[in-house]
Amino acid sequence: MIAFLARRAFALVLTLLAATLAIFLLLEVAPGDPALTMMGMNADPEAVEALRRELGLDAPLVTRYATWVWDMAQGDFGTSYTYKTPVSELVAERLAVSAPLTVYALALSTLIAIPAGVFAASRRGRAGDYAVMGLTQAGIATPNFWFAMLLVILFSTVLQLFSAGGFPGWEAGFWAGIKALTLPAVALALPQASILARVMRSALLDAMGEDWMRTARAKGLSRAQAIRRHALRNALIPVLTIIGMQFSFLMAGAIIIENVFFLPGLGRLVFQGVIQQDLIVVKSVVVLLVFAVVLVTLAVDVAYALVDPRLRERRA
Amino acid sequence: MRLGSVRVSSGFLAGAILTALFVGAAALSYAWTPWSTEGLSIASRLRPPGGEHWFGTDHFGRDIFSMIMVGARTSITVALVAVGIGAGIGVPLGLAAAAGRGGWLDELVMRFNDLVFAFPALILAILITASLGPGAINAILAIGIFNVPVFARLTRGAALSLWAREYILAARAAGKGAARISFEHILPNTANLLIVQATIQFSLGILAEVGLSYVGLGAQPPTPSWGRMLAEAQTMIYVAPWFAIFPGLAVALTVLGLNLMGDGLRDALDPRLKGRA
Repeated sequence: MIAFLARRAFALVLTLLAATLAIFLLLEVAPGDPALTMMGMNADPEAVEALRRELGLDAPLVTRYATWVWDMAQGDFGTSYTYKTPVSELVAERLAVSAPLTVYALALSTLIAIPAGVFAASRRGRAGDYAVMGLTQAGIATPNFWFAMLLVILFSTVLQLFSAGGFPGWEAGFWAGIKALTLPAVALALPQASILARVMRSALLDAMGEDWMRTARAKGLSRAQAIRRHALRNALIPVLTIIGMQFSFLMAGAIIIENVFFLPGLGRLVFQGVIQQDLIVVKSVVVLLVFAVVLVTLAVDVAYALVDPRLRERRA
Repeated sequence: MRLGSVRVSSGFLAGAILTALFVGAAALSYAWTPWSTEGLSIASRLRPPGGEHWFGTDHFGRDIFSMIMVGARTSITVALVAVGIGAGIGVPLGLAAAAGRGGWLDELVMRFNDLVFAFPALILAILITASLGPGAINAILAIGIFNVPVFARLTRGAALSLWAREYILAARAAGKGAARISFEHILPNTANLLIVQATIQFSLGILAEVGLSYVGLGAQPPTPSWGRMLAEAQTMIYVAPWFAIFPGLAVALTVLGLNLMGDGLRDALDPRLKGRA
């Protein structure tokens, strides 16, 4: 197990290095000069040159890449051109909205999808199954931000139940924060829950067709007992993979959904960064998101290995 | 139901009809739309749906039904070209990786896949637009790059199992090289899988394009696009909810159509199901 963990951790570091290099090179070809952007178009060329030196923009590519990665490894993400504050502070502030939103949506998606999938599988070919399959088909086809708009129309104008957007901040209390994140999380969770419910259903159907299920029934378990004790556990393995993958979709989706509800999260930060050419902010947010995706993938692999020792060697 | 010698489900048929409807509307929009989408008519702005404007009008007085027809072009073109890029690069990569199984190329392709998979599609698009600027071409590029590993991985997996077959051994005994075998024997046998995957990526591509243009990173004005219509509609969601409802419905129905078609195709083409049907 230790060797397995070490191998995986090493692969994680390599993937991250490759990702940072790709991000660095992609943004390196960007037109525009950050020093010029900061000083304005009419700036004194000498002052711009001085700033370039100060920012280290005159150093060779390799040095700049190494410095950037090294500083990040120590928690220094640089300073935003537009906000004039350390990027780490900006990101931490926004993460207090985006991270809870992602986790909230993931929890909702899982809580809806697993019972729905089990329900459909246990009623295969009957009305309940068709209802779940039809609904999930619609859920997959619906863009989450459009669903979010429909929710806004329904809840804040027709029913007048929820606020239409904005975020009071966690200072306003836990429940006030949760309330502001509820509609965004529901909108975010719907398409993912649809996919997950389908995976759950087909994984459970596969497990129910296995020989050991017949054995379980033969030794006297009822159908429901056999499903609960044996089929469900086996079916959860593919479901776990998909949940891990969904984390990255949800995080990316969160930055779009934040737009609909005017939430001050990472999404707003990164899109403003793109428009204002504040590349250091864009770079940092992207690195952070990629890091989160890679970390979750590793966590899923480790969870696998804990659940099923057979996978320790194969997946290494 | 049967089409020629292939059994198709009613789901497939419904999907094909929906898809044909939107592709047809996009094609028709080059020749005709109920109203022009270019002129502004402030006098008739934000009209609710009715006999004159079926889906109502937007904040510039443009007919939403016509805008949806023209917007279909953007989404469909972007998604289609992105699938082309993904399959065009990914399939040869997958074939090559499988032919040189365990070799350096195989390893390189798989590591490249892992790398791209670490970036959610939207994040990749943000990076590309941050670097090259927003626009339809860069949206195509971003979605296309994301499609490459999908096709590479699928092709590699399918090809690996085919390489163990006897008819491949026969081809090798006949003196054919790896490249020739890949294209003459492996590729035709993975075609079914690839067609189904292309349909799925097409529908994901439409969702991605709509998302990108919604956040302002896709097609730029004045090119009409579903995503930007939704972004504009959002600011007047209380006064003109129809402006938000219809473009979104168009997206959902197009994606639904493609997904139903993909599922139907998979069932019809899957050799394991074919025997039983």
